[in-house]
Amino acid sequence: MDPAALLAAYEQMTVIRRTEKAAHDLFLQGLVKGTTHLAAGHEAIAVGASAALRPDDYVFATYRGHHHAMARGATPEECLAELMSRATGLCKAKGGSMHLTKASTGMLGSYAIVGAHLPMAAGAAWSARLRGTDQIAVAFFGDGATNIGAFHEALNLAAVWKLPVLFVCENNLYMEYTPIADVTAVARPAADRAPAYGIPGEVVDGNDVVAVQETVARLAARARAGDGPALLEAQTYRHFGHSRADPATYRPAEEVERWLKHDPLDLARGQLAEMGVAEAVLGEADERATAVVRKAVEAAKAAPPADPDEALTDVWADGGAAWRT
Amino acid sequence: MADVISYREAVAEGIAREMRRDPSVVCLGEDIGEAGGVFKTTVGLFKEFGPQRVWDTPISEQAIVGAAMGAAMTGMRPVAEIMFSDFLACCWDYLANEIPKVRYMTGGQVTVPLVVRTANGGGLGFGAQHSQATENWALTVPGLKIAAPATPADVIGMMAAAIRSDDPVVFFEHKGLLASKGTPPPPDHVVELGRAAVVREGADVTLVALASMVPVALKAAELLSGEGIEAEVVDLRCLVPLDVTTVLTSLGRTSRLVTVEENPYQGGWGATLVSVVADEGFDLLDAPVRRVAGDCVPLPFADALEERVIPTVEKVVATVRGLAAY
Repeated sequence: MDPAALLAAYEQMTVIRRTEKAAHDLFLQGLVKGTTHLAAGHEAIAVGASAALRPDDYVFATYRGHHHAMARGATPEECLAELMSRATGLCKAKGGSMHLTKASTGMLGSYAIVGAHLPMAAGAAWSARLRGTDQIAVAFFGDGATNIGAFHEALNLAAVWKLPVLFVCENNLYMEYTPIADVTAVARPAADRAPAYGIPGEVVDGNDVVAVQETVARLAARARAGDGPALLEAQTYRHFGHSRADPATYRPAEEVERWLKHDPLDLARGQLAEMGVAEAVLGEADERATAVVRKAVEAAKAAPPADPDEALTDVWADGGAAWRT
Repeated sequence: MADVISYREAVAEGIAREMRRDPSVVCLGEDIGEAGGVFKTTVGLFKEFGPQRVWDTPISEQAIVGAAMGAAMTGMRPVAEIMFSDFLACCWDYLANEIPKVRYMTGGQVTVPLVVRTANGGGLGFGAQHSQATENWALTVPGLKIAAPATPADVIGMMAAAIRSDDPVVFFEHKGLLASKGTPPPPDHVVELGRAAVVREGADVTLVALASMVPVALKAAELLSGEGIEAEVVDLRCLVPLDVTTVLTSLGRTSRLVTVEENPYQGGWGATLVSVVADEGFDLLDAPVRRVAGDCVPLPFADALEERVIPTVEKVVATVRGLAAY
């Protein structure tokens, strides 16, 4: 990444971090219902990978997918409006935090059944091949998904059909509330499984946006060239608990401290400084990010609430929901 | 084309017609390629369209339906085969949580035009895990269209409508009907989803049936005719969309209703239909409604046991006779 690209990535990560902070605050104010699964700490994976992808590539994410949606084109305002049940929400307030989707930019959904979207990504990659394009598909998933049947079925199908798909595991060490290491037969839950499918399995520092971008770019080029899928394990850490209900007291204090010191934003700032980017330039990026998120919060708060009549639309392609003729 | 076509041949013919007219139609499933399908319902497709459009998959029901979904979201019209409908349970997440909900929960951003075909039903002695009539599983989930043709012509016409549908369709092909024969329909024959057919007219009682139960209801109607009871037989053809109008119109003529369902009584589609009739057509009834349905047990293996628990012509006749005397 050159300094300009890294600065852009840093600013995008900062916007995402602050949007998540806003989501957290709005939840505490009672303006966001249900739950949220914050991805604070994971930003470098979404932003680094997106920087390596083409705008017409496909992305499938999980219920912890705010960062992917925003990295792939959803605005903070659309996302916050969705979380706040506003008519202007990204999915008309029908999806919520766990289902952020922006199909027009290839962000084909956030799926809340663990592991379900890996076969879909394989299918999107298959479709790209059938249509004769060189698009690729990427599935982002957590470490917990590596023990789901669909993970193994998708990997085998993608490998045997040599599909242009990347499986990117965000290994944050915890499967919800349980250490992934306690419930998994191999040390690296994603990368160690790759040999079983005859595909490359790599590990990357998921908090290093430059490393993520470079690794994804290399694996994406390989997939685009027809050399088939790859499995990337990006090691990272959640700043918050699994969801809003979880204070994450089960995590050892020294582990939390170690990882918080390895923050993706701080890491990127250090890399930019090494490249000679002035502190003042970073400060300006921070200010722009703050302004974008503040404006997004205000706009989402001012937006009209979801229209109850919309509850009976969008089941079918004709827009309606009638199950009878 | 031959003078007659079997239901089994009609499946492949219906798919082939759509594959010829639309290059975005592709097939995937276990053993569907050179082998022509375990029920020989895809014979000829691999030869005509090749391995780029007819894909053999591993035994991976989640990958089959999940990949079909991803392909459908990105410009293809996949036709996925799940060999026996019992195996839909192996990919139930996709049918219950993913495919039917993605359009809604994305606020209408994503369309999933796919068909999941499957061999449904009993009567062939395949035992409890290869014989179930599972269309009711799909009926519990908003967002799936459900087709279950009873004749070769309907297989072709409804397959065309299902593949052209921008909404996901679960297409139940009945194992017990695969060898049945009928007249092949003309080119570009399309049977709109959600249009029931009155396949026999009668003034005394309406029998509403689906798939393999249509010939059972027709045979019962013939026997009843000999006793002076004229049954009207409605082939429902689809559960979603549900053609309530045709049922209520028929009921307006007959004032008596019997549903004939292969599935277990417990949770069967007849219960939904009957509840709609109770809500909207109560004044049309001159007698209680009756449901002839499977017993609430796993399908047994032996013929004698299987016949004991799934609807037969005799059971339908006995039920109608009782109702006529009401």
